[in-house]
Amino acid sequence: MWRDALLIAGRDLRIEIRTRVGLWQVLPFAFLTLLLFAFALGPKPGLLAQAAPGLFWLAVMLSVVLAAQRSLALEGSQATREAGRLLGLDPAGIFLGKTLALLVEVLILEGGLLLGVVVFFHVQVTDWLVLVPSCLLAAAGLCAASIFYGSLAGDARVRATLLPLLFLPLAAPVLIAGAKAFEASVQTGSGSGARWLGVLAVFALVYLALGVALYGPMEE
Amino acid sequence: MMNRTLRILGPVSVALVALDLVLGFWVTPPDQNQGDYARFLYIHPALAWVALYVAIGMAALCSVLYLWKRTRSLKYDRLAAAAVEVGVVFIFLTLVTGSIWGHPVWGVWWTWDARLTSTALLGVLFVGYLALRRVPADPEVRAKRCAAAALFAAVDVPICHFSVQWWQTLHQTETVFGPDAIKIHGIMAWTMLLSFIGFSALFAWMVLLRYRIEVNSSTDQDLALEDALAERRAEGVTS
Repeated sequence: MWRDALLIAGRDLRIEIRTRVGLWQVLPFAFLTLLLFAFALGPKPGLLAQAAPGLFWLAVMLSVVLAAQRSLALEGSQATREAGRLLGLDPAGIFLGKTLALLVEVLILEGGLLLGVVVFFHVQVTDWLVLVPSCLLAAAGLCAASIFYGSLAGDARVRATLLPLLFLPLAAPVLIAGAKAFEASVQTGSGSGARWLGVLAVFALVYLALGVALYGPMEE
Repeated sequence: MMNRTLRILGPVSVALVALDLVLGFWVTPPDQNQGDYARFLYIHPALAWVALYVAIGMAALCSVLYLWKRTRSLKYDRLAAAAVEVGVVFIFLTLVTGSIWGHPVWGVWWTWDARLTSTALLGVLFVGYLALRRVPADPEVRAKRCAAAALFAAVDVPICHFSVQWWQTLHQTETVFGPDAIKIHGIMAWTMLLSFIGFSALFAWMVLLRYRIEVNSSTDQDLALEDALAERRAEGVTS
């Protein structure tokens, strides 16, 4: 399973490096979202800094939808899936591989967005030990859930509209827990970060486990 | 058998709900604190019970039965679909009656309370399930996808249930059971119990009706396909 996962992740990342869709489309979209939020709230530094945790995670979630659509489009037609099956690839390995590749992309995206939030919204992070694990755990959960739901949503014609409807309500716990962990990382000594990291870890584990268990039967 | 059940269950459930409304609105006394507004107690909790536990519980159970190879049958898929479809209506009614009740009592139509928000989220999740059912696919592929989606979405039910304990919310905790339960007795308790039975029976009737429509619709499709094949074969013979 792990060998197949690394194979698929390597393939997806190589395609991404060659086409640079993430760099030229998804990352600019994420920055644009941040700018639009700032336009909607007005140029009040205090307000923007206060809203930054929620806006950061909202921008991440919307960008994950785009990135997941792109990742699933790589699997393309039914013929590609059948070829994978004929090659004897483990479906759980395919799921993990796609999730892993998407995770790498989303972590890079989060880094860029974090820079944007610090520069444009005047946020000062004080507790990186909360923020960094929260970004990692939330990204793992979001990537697993979006890949799984993307595969449920069927072919590309309907996936574009159906994936946000299926995925975004389920990702609400990540939005809440991620924003709370972000808040804890900018407030010195709040001490509530660990609790929210726990929520994010449970979310990630549940979706990774469900994806590994159910991706195969869904693709049969 | 099903026709007979439907013929009996329909009028019985409607009569039970009508009796509940008569008792709730005209016979039971007003509440000491909330006055006549408390009469929503005979509608809203029962709707929420059906929406959150009966409908989604049934959808989750049928989805498990479909995903488990030993019990796999399209009838479970159809039952799950019927339960979700009717369940979404009940979730909507729960939110609407809660909102109407909340306006005079809380002073707002809507508040970002954990129970309200998680219930609304549950509604959106199952609207997504219904959208997934509309995606053209082989019936068995669609059934598998929908069963998985229903199980994922059902995770919200415990969150919804425990939200009033996990977070400080405006929404009250348990009314009848639980350590901080409000004491309710006499005709008020019986009317409330009747509302639970009545709305559950109404749900069962609507689900069976929806299930029958689904079965008939798939039978029609099969017959149409057979007719088309027979027609094509006949064309082949004559040409």
